[in-house]
Amino acid sequence: MSAKRIGDHTVSTNQPIELAPRADLQARTEGDPGGAWILVAVLAAIPVRGARVVATPEGDVAVFRTSDDQVFAVRDRCPHKGGPLSQGIVFGHRVACPLHNWVIDLEQGQAVAPDEGCAARFPVRVTDGMVYLALRAF
Amino acid sequence: MKDKLVLIGNGMAGVRTLEELLKLDPDRYGITVFGAEPFGNYNRILLSPVLAGEKTLQDILLNDRDWYEENGITLRTGCEVTFIDRRRRRVVGADGSGAEYDRLLLATGSVPFVLPVPGHDLPGVVTFRDIQDVDRMLVAAGSGGRAVVIGGGLLGLEAANGLARQGMEVTVVHVLDTLMERQLDRPAAELLRRSLESRGLTFRMAARTQAIVGEERVRGVCFSDGQELAADLVVMAVGIRPNVELAQQAGLYCERGVVVNDTMQTYDPRIYAVGECVQHRSATYGLVAPLFEQAKVCANHLADLGYARYPGSVTATRLKVTGIELFSAGDYLGGEGYDELVYQDPGHGVYKKLVVKDDRLCGAVLFGDTTDASWYFQLMRETTDVDAFRDRLLFGQAHLGDSGHGGAATVAAMADDAEVCGCNGVCKGAIVRAITAKGLFTLEEVRAHTKASSSCGSCTGIVEQLLAQVLGGDYSAPEVKPLCPCTTFTHEDVRRVIRENALKSVPEVIRFLEWKTPDGCQVCRPALNYYLLCAWPGEYRDDGQSRFINERAHANIQRDGTYSVVPRIWGGVTTPAELKAIAEVAEKFQVPTVKFTGGQRIDLLGVKKEQLPAVWRDLNRAGLVSGHAYGKAVRTVKTCVGSEWCWFGTQVSTTLGIRLERLCWGAWTPHKVKLGVSGCPRNCAEATIKDFGVVGVDSGWEIHIGGNGGVKVRATDLLGRVKTMEEVLEYASAFLQLYREEARYLERTAPWIERVGLGYVRQRLVEDARGRGTLHQRFLESQQYAQIDPWAEQAAPAVAPAEFVPVVRVG
Repeated sequence: MSAKRIGDHTVSTNQPIELAPRADLQARTEGDPGGAWILVAVLAAIPVRGARVVATPEGDVAVFRTSDDQVFAVRDRCPHKGGPLSQGIVFGHRVACPLHNWVIDLEQGQAVAPDEGCAARFPVRVTDGMVYLALRAF
Repeated sequence: MKDKLVLIGNGMAGVRTLEELLKLDPDRYGITVFGAEPFGNYNRILLSPVLAGEKTLQDILLNDRDWYEENGITLRTGCEVTFIDRRRRRVVGADGSGAEYDRLLLATGSVPFVLPVPGHDLPGVVTFRDIQDVDRMLVAAGSGGRAVVIGGGLLGLEAANGLARQGMEVTVVHVLDTLMERQLDRPAAELLRRSLESRGLTFRMAARTQAIVGEERVRGVCFSDGQELAADLVVMAVGIRPNVELAQQAGLYCERGVVVNDTMQTYDPRIYAVGECVQHRSATYGLVAPLFEQAKVCANHLADLGYARYPGSVTATRLKVTGIELFSAGDYLGGEGYDELVYQDPGHGVYKKLVVKDDRLCGAVLFGDTTDASWYFQLMRETTDVDAFRDRLLFGQAHLGDSGHGGAATVAAMADDAEVCGCNGVCKGAIVRAITAKGLFTLEEVRAHTKASSSCGSCTGIVEQLLAQVLGGDYSAPEVKPLCPCTTFTHEDVRRVIRENALKSVPEVIRFLEWKTPDGCQVCRPALNYYLLCAWPGEYRDDGQSRFINERAHANIQRDGTYSVVPRIWGGVTTPAELKAIAEVAEKFQVPTVKFTGGQRIDLLGVKKEQLPAVWRDLNRAGLVSGHAYGKAVRTVKTCVGSEWCWFGTQVSTTLGIRLERLCWGAWTPHKVKLGVSGCPRNCAEATIKDFGVVGVDSGWEIHIGGNGGVKVRATDLLGRVKTMEEVLEYASAFLQLYREEARYLERTAPWIERVGLGYVRQRLVEDARGRGTLHQRFLESQQYAQIDPWAEQAAPAVAPAEFVPVVRVG
């Protein structure tokens, strides 16, 4: 399994690691969220058409990687009955909740009609094969 | 020089014989046809709809002049044959024209019986036999007025209905006090009368016609009790008799009809006869289905093949009055020595009577609900032993196995060889094959290609249901039901394409079949993954991201996002050591709930995802493996304690249960599969609601298939009995493999069997012993790659449990 050394952290694909928000990863470009970017994973750790979970004090965030290699992050709770979206089947830019098959659009966080509801989205970006997440919802 | 064949009678029976002959040997004869009517061959049994204004002559024309021309047949319409010179082998027509023959075919049909009462020849008195009769009635009806139909049989009622539909005030006069006494018993006849009365007909029962009155034209009908009934039109429909006049003149042996043997040959070996003019084994027929059977046999002999035999027909009647469902067949009266099964619901206008003798169905009368008419008729003709399902017989075929598919279940459950069109002898399989192979979409096309529903039309509903079933919902749309909205291809298409084009991955299939979406959806991806896995065992690399989370995590997701863990308990038999190991795991990981499942296993509920690998590792250490309680896979084999302990037991159910589970575990299937083994017919393991159930009997084992204990309970169908455990194992694996290869993804065994028909499954597994062996081998082959404990794989220390833990914890 791949493991990579980044600064003083080892980001591994198989072991959870404890991370604190870091000032040196703060956003530099305009329009970025005000909060700190957090390095959460190497891109390779997230399966294509799959997701991994980032555990936070406010609850889990699901980080998705779609078949066109884009990355999205939403609260890991289906707006319907709280199902863990990270465990659903990913297709296109969508995920089907594993509990009752609601389909959530990852770009907007919205449930696909006829269902109605919204899962909070988080800013996420990929730089040099590293996935960064900002824990402040849009 | 070709032999000369002359056909006298340009009707349905004669022309059908020519059609059959042309199929067998188109160049054998130079053919001449004499017809008294000025038309090509038309469908006489559809005269009623023409009278009712639902069809026109053009609609019911079977063979137009072009057809005769194309087949090199000389047609002489409007030319009645008046004389047969058997010595010179010549026939002579009314116009003096003649024709020589080497073989002669008589198909002169029947003539309507006319009551010899005074006034029977008055203008305005008609029979109901040919298109001219219909024309006369339509002209009379054009000026409204009152009609009297004499005769309360099939023809009389159809005529009466037609005239009423044309706006006449119609009274039916019948000599007996019940209608259609040759087809119906009293309760059905009563329902029919009430139903026709509600459509505006009036009846005068037990009335003897004494005279028809009028001077220049008919004015009324006079009865033996002196009463009179005014009428502008009188239709005589009191019966028909074989038209034997010509044959008698020629010196052929006739009784009621022209007497023929089982090859349709008359007493003159050069002369054959078919149709309503014929008397065969002392029976005469007035319905179309037997006529067509005769035509087939006759053609076989005209073509010098010489092997077909006509043994006589079991006949069935349907009334062609739109909106009235009526069916009658065989010995419908019953009586001593017969058992009568009767269902009556006068409020809803439904009456069903089945007559059973010696465990065989020998007669049926259905009123109001004729859905199962074809099935009953098939049981009668095939003299099927109905003892096993006699208690459910009245409720129809769907009731024999109903897993909740609504109306479609009826046609879906029909076996492929079940006859749909009784007139033309077309079975379900032929229709379905024609629909798929020839790309048929409409009723007209099915009629054109198969002839089904093209004669009396009473099976039209079933043909339409078949179209709907095969084409999926809206059969008029040229689109078959696709696997999911990403594609227009069906499950079957996709499976075939995967095999034929050696497609080996989900993206390959999606590209090859030009899916509308780049990577499918949550519906099609698991199906594709399964189809690939089933097609290429050992070769296909499973696509975890196309599996539902339970199969990816090898545990069942719960409503709170935790998981449940169910170790395999082989045949429901465990040991203290296994129980201890489970107990220790439950304590160590503080499992909130420990519960017994319905399949004789223990469920550890509320396990967190990140705990799963460690839980499995501990269970593995005690020899426990994944129970696949989470999968579209073989789940459990439930057993009773069996003859080792039970004083009732006749067989060692636990031993067989364990062997079955050892054989089948790990197999991925279209949907979940549950097995059960009971050691005796008390059936404590409830084996008869399992997908594959085995019941021990004194002489061996009964094998049952297609049971379901879910939303819609379905009891199994009995597949057969075997003597040894080895045979049970072979049947089990062959059954599972057939299901794996042919059922649609997410289709359980019960609806699958109802869709393809138990007959089909029996044929593949029981009758085709070699095929069973091949299926068994393919299952074993596939199992080599399937029987790897996924828990051991995922929990191995060397493997990273990436799937199971958060990628990172923050804050």
